[in-house]
This record gives sequence, C-alpha cells and structure tokens, in this order.
Amino acid sequence: MIEAIVARIKQGHRTMRFPKEPVPLPERFRGYPVVKGSACPPDCRACVDACPTGAVTLEPALSVDMGKCLFCPSCSRACPHGAIEFSKDWRLAANRREDLVVTEGDERRLAQALEKKMLSLFGRSLKFRSVVAGSCNACDADTNVLSTIGWDLGRFGIQFVASPRHADGLWVTGPVTEHMREALLLTYEAIPAPKLVVANGACAINGGPFIGSPEAHDGVGDLLPVDLYIPGCPPHPVTILDGLLRLLDKVK
Amino acid sequence: MTNDFYRLYNGSAIQRCNIPSLDQDEFLQKVLDAVDSGWRVCSYFGVPAGRELELYALLAPKAGGQLGIASTKVSGGRLPSLTPFCPQLHLFEREIAEQYGVVFENHPWGKPVRFQKALRLVEESEASLPALPGVMDFYQVQGDEIHEVAVGPVHAGIIEPGHFRFQCYGEKVLHLEIALGYQHRGLEEMLIGGPHRVTLNQMETVAGDTTVGHTVAYAMVVEALAAVAVPARAHALRGVAMELERLANHTGDLGAISGDVGFLPTASFCGRIRGDFLNMTAELCGSRFSRGLIVPGGVGFDCTPLQADALRNRVAAARRDLSNATELMWHTPSALGRLEGTGRVSEQTALDLGLVGPAARACGVNRDVRRDHPFGIYSLTQIPVETLKTGDVFARAMVRWLEAEKSLDYLDEQLKQLPAGNVEVEVGTLACNHMAIALTEGWRGEVCHVALTDERGRFSRYKIVDPSFHNWSGLAMALRNEQISDFPLCNKSFNLSYCGFDL
Ligand code: SF4
Ligand code: SF4
Repeated sequence: MIEAIVARIKQGHRTMRFPKEPVPLPERFRGYPVVKGSACPPDCRACVDACPTGAVTLEPALSVDMGKCLFCPSCSRACPHGAIEFSKDWRLAANRREDLVVTEGDERRLAQALEKKMLSLFGRSLKFRSVVAGSCNACDADTNVLSTIGWDLGRFGIQFVASPRHADGLWVTGPVTEHMREALLLTYEAIPAPKLVVANGACAINGGPFIGSPEAHDGVGDLLPVDLYIPGCPPHPVTILDGLLRLLDKVK
Repeated sequence: MTNDFYRLYNGSAIQRCNIPSLDQDEFLQKVLDAVDSGWRVCSYFGVPAGRELELYALLAPKAGGQLGIASTKVSGGRLPSLTPFCPQLHLFEREIAEQYGVVFENHPWGKPVRFQKALRLVEESEASLPALPGVMDFYQVQGDEIHEVAVGPVHAGIIEPGHFRFQCYGEKVLHLEIALGYQHRGLEEMLIGGPHRVTLNQMETVAGDTTVGHTVAYAMVVEALAAVAVPARAHALRGVAMELERLANHTGDLGAISGDVGFLPTASFCGRIRGDFLNMTAELCGSRFSRGLIVPGGVGFDCTPLQADALRNRVAAARRDLSNATELMWHTPSALGRLEGTGRVSEQTALDLGLVGPAARACGVNRDVRRDHPFGIYSLTQIPVETLKTGDVFARAMVRWLEAEKSLDYLDEQLKQLPAGNVEVEVGTLACNHMAIALTEGWRGEVCHVALTDERGRFSRYKIVDPSFHNWSGLAMALRNEQISDFPLCNKSFNLSYCGFDL
C-alpha cells in the first residue's frame, strides 16, 4: 500500500489541460495541409504521381483530400516547389465529406456543433460503441489512449461503452471489410435513435491504404450516414478529441 | 537429410530456378524429416503456376543462422496432410486449401481460415467454401452440464473483431475454438503485380502496432531484390524504431494485464508511459506509429544529434517511470497470485505449435530472430534473449518486462553512437524471376516476408506471416482447463493481432 502511494507521488499528476492549453506536438508532426497551387509550374504533376491513394488532384486546382490522405508525406517530398506542406495544425475533423478537401484560398470548414436539440441530448453525456471493421488497429489504439489518465476523456462526459443499446453513436474504424459489413450494420441498428456515426481515420472515411480493395468497402460512407469525419492514418489523439469537442460545442 | 533445401541467409534473394523443386512425396518427407530434427516452419505457401500449384516451404534450422527453402508441384489437386505428424503446419495447410482449392487428405481440422474467396482454383474442385465468416461447424463437447459460450465478432472494448467458441463444464473451459477472418482486407491479393505506389503504406498497416516490424521486413525484401546496401546510419535508426515499438507495446501490455487483474496503479501508469514511447517515435518521424519512417533503401527521416540526446533523456525518464510502475505489480502478492499458474502452455506444446516471440520465450523456448537470424544493426550488436519456464500469464508478463529492460539499454547505447553518413540510398528496379526472404523480430515475434518476382520484376506472389499466425493456437491451448473468467487475462497476455492474421 505504502509503495503504491509513493509511486503515485513519484509518477505525479499527468492529466493534460487541453483544450485550455495546447497539447505539445512533435516537431515533425503532420497536420492540416498547406496547399499552394499558385506555386505549381504548368505540367508538373510530381505530387499526384507520388500520392499512394489518389488524394492529390490538379483539376480544377491543386487540392488534397484529407479523407484519402495518409499524411505519409510522399507528395510534399516529391514537390520541388513547396506547393504542399503539412502544418502543425491538429484540427482536421469536419461534418461533411466535401469539407475535407483542401484547396488554396479556401476557408477552413472545421466540424460544427450539433444542432440545439441534439446538443441538449448529448452535450453532457455522449456514449459510443466502437466497431472495428478492418482497421490496422492503430486508429483504435489512439482512440483508446483518450481514456487513459493523460487525456481523461470521461471529464468531457464522453465514453466508450460495451453495448450498442447503451450507446448514442457508432464509432467506426477500418475500411469496412466485407466480412464485417453485417456486424457493423447490425450494431448500428441496435443503437437507439437519434444516433451519431463517426468515421475515424482514413480507412473508415475512404478506404485508407486499402482503397479499392475487392474485399472492403472504401469506408463507411456508402453504408451509413456519417456525422463526423476524423482524418488521419491514424488521427492523433488530439485530432480526435478536438473533433469531438467541436461536435459538443466545447471548443470553437 | 536436409541437403535438399537451398540454404540462404535472412534478407537475401536467389533466382527462382535455384529453388529445388522436389517430387511431391520426397518434398513432404523432407519437410517432415527436417521438422523432426528440430527445424521450424517459418512459411508454407502456394503459388499458382499455370494450371498447377507450387508449394514452397521455408524452414529455419535450429542453429547456424541460415534458412532452407524447397518447393514441389501439387498434382491432381490433392496431397496428404502433414498436420497429424507436424501440428505447426495445421494452419498453413488450411490456408493453402482455402486459397487454392487443393485438398489435404486426412487433415484433422480442415476448416476455413479467413473465409476468403479462393485466390485461384487449381483443379475444378468443389472448393466453394462458405464465404460467411464464422459459419462453420465448431468443435463440440456433449454431456450433462456442458454448455457453449459464443463471443464476438464485436467485443466489449475498442478491439478488433474475432469469434470465440468456448466449450465449458461449469466455469471450466474444456476447449476454445477461435474463428477469425473478419478483418480480411485482401492484402496479399493487392500486392500481386507490385510494388505499387501504395504498397509501402499497406506494409505499414499489415498490423498497425507492428509498423516497424513489417516495414523493415518489406524493405529488406525490396533491398535484396534490388541488390542495394543500406547505410549503417539507417540500420541503426531502424533498430531504434524497432525497439521503441517493442517498448510501447510491451508497456501497454503490462498495463493491460495489470488492469485485467484489477490492479489499477500499474495499469494507469503504464497507459501513460506507453504514450511516452509513442511520442518518442513521433519525434523521429512525426507519427506515433512510425508511419513514413522506414522506406526501402533506408529511413525517411534522419535524427539530428540534438534529437538523439533529447531522446536519450526521455528514454532514461521513461525507464525510471516504467521500473517504478512495474515493480509495484511484482511486489503485490494479490496481483501475482492471479498471474501465476494461469493460462499455462507447456514447452512441448509451444514447440509443437511453433509459437514465436514472447509467448514462446515465456514457455522456455529460446528463439529470437534478432539473435538467430540477425539482420541490420542486430548483426553488429546483440540484445540478450530472455526466457522463462512456466509458460503462464506471469511468465508472459515478466518476459515482456525483462525484454523492455534490454531494449532500454539498447536504445541508450545506440543513440549515443549513431554511425555517421546518409540515411537513404536510391533503390532501382527489382530482379526478375527471383525470390527474396526477410525475417524480423517484431514485438510479437517473428515476422516473415517472402516475395517472388515475375519476368518483369513485379511481385507474382507476396507471402506474409505475422507472428499471430503461429500464436493464436497457443492462446486456445492456454485456456484448456482454465476458468472462463480468465479468458480476458490470457487473451491480453498473448495480445495477438487480428488483422495481421486476417491480412
Ligand atoms: S501525404 Fe497524403 S496527399 Fe500527400 S502523398 Fe501522402 S497520402 Fe497523398
Ligand atoms: S486509417 Fe490508417 S491507422 Fe487507421 S486503421 Fe486505417 S491504416 Fe490503420
């Protein structure tokens, strides 16, 4: 007992103060892409040719689709003109699929808060049931992290629960393998309405590295209505938390 | 006796025509003989050749550091199963049967592995296997007071899907059968014709928690096929990434095991310390899961002297926290009481099933690719291999801690003396009609990649064996005669990959 108390003192208090204070991010962290199509000389398509998932397009203007992006970062390495660079901005989540496409001069379209009625239902207690549907597990690991003492997700009233009957929303990771499709849809059905769907990670949004696989569905978008898209491969825990807090109107 | 296998070293490539092609009976006999004399099966897979199927066996002798490979052609779509004599082949044979519609006669357990569509049918057999995952006959026990428990595919936590079928007598588990396949993404199929632009990213996500283990193996295969030498500095940084990955996962597991016996201090401390290791990885490459770090030809990011020093300090701090957190558990009799004697796997069972990694070492099986088939930096400096004898949850936890200690030493040593020079070399085209092999010691155990190229230097077959493929049956054995309530604990102590198995 004494030993446990001494250890407790040694290990200290570690719950971070986010969102009041920022989370320290590593120097090489890759967040929101800074896209400068105006820097591109005509006929250059180095970034498009380098991108593994087809996230970069030139028509009508240079843009990066964060829904497909793995933040790998082959495109910025391939570009000699600095037309695509990744900033340290962790805020990536959006409500609409098209809001994930980044083009020069576009306004930021971050995730918006739920409408009033939903907010009064979920604002102080939001429970998710997670379904892993072909994920490599990294997305899940960094979701699980949120429940550790450092992040302490519970202080925002958000929790992951064991039964869909206790849940307010479905949390999807993975490209949705054909073998998980039915289990995913049944779990969704078992959640009482009104309910939310979160697509966490490139796989769940658009197939991720498994985009185009004959054994998977390129994400959950064609199967269920998605309320929150969280880009990344995997999304950093702070990206996930930021998305959730925006949904609940706890950060602006 | 085993001279019919072509001998080669880890991370090398040979011309396909040099792989001995034996007559079917001879091949099967040689494989059996080799296993009888202590060789181990690293990989066993099929490759379509016209209307026929070739089988390749990659085996590891007990000592000497080499590997042996041989092949045969299956005639008539049927061949005798070796499983009754060599249990470590049971899943490999089931996999080949499922992928190519061949029949292994007298296989005692001929069931689907991942419920995947056949990659290609060799003969027109009735191999239209059920495509619905989990739909098959499970092993059943009958009698008074016998009951069956079915769990999954969707489990309680945020965890990958699988289906477990327990045959119980009261609380006691007589048998556990594990049905996987839910995570099947069709990876090996997508690799054919590669390397494609997305191949490296797919290798990073074979199992997301083993990004380094798998990408280093992939890089080694490509480098062997392109005949390029990786700079020493890149090798050292790969080693650093490899050990950081091991530390993060071992720490996470120690915490999870502690949590599962209800001992929360260690659980909550380790949950955070695991994050410290992930964040150190992110210092190297911007990603907590080493994405973008390992590339064929070297590493994608260099480490500045300043970063190396900072990392060493962080490693030292994490060591203090981790020893403090785990010692608590080792000093708490009530926690140890739950770990000791639970979920035992005997050394013989481990050998028979071909277990790898900490799960094997906890049963006294002394195998570790870093020492037995050294690659990269491990050819120069070795990490001591830790084994325990008892094969229980305690041993699997303790082996993790002992390994973590060694990894911490290693990191400190490597970061002090990173070799000078560049970190990446250009990789040209791949050799045509070659085969390359690579083994690495991922944190779960042996990762094995084999690539075969066609006449254009593209992959005509790429076979991956994740350590979980060897180890899932170990978990099933660990549960025998245990209380069903001990399943989560046993499961956690193995912590196997679903997607790495299902690919
Ligand atoms: S960082 Fe994103 S957009 Fe750029 S190459 Fe990688 S996946 Fe494509
Ligand atoms: S998005 Fe990336 S990290 Fe997440 S499950 Fe898919 S491959 Fe893994």
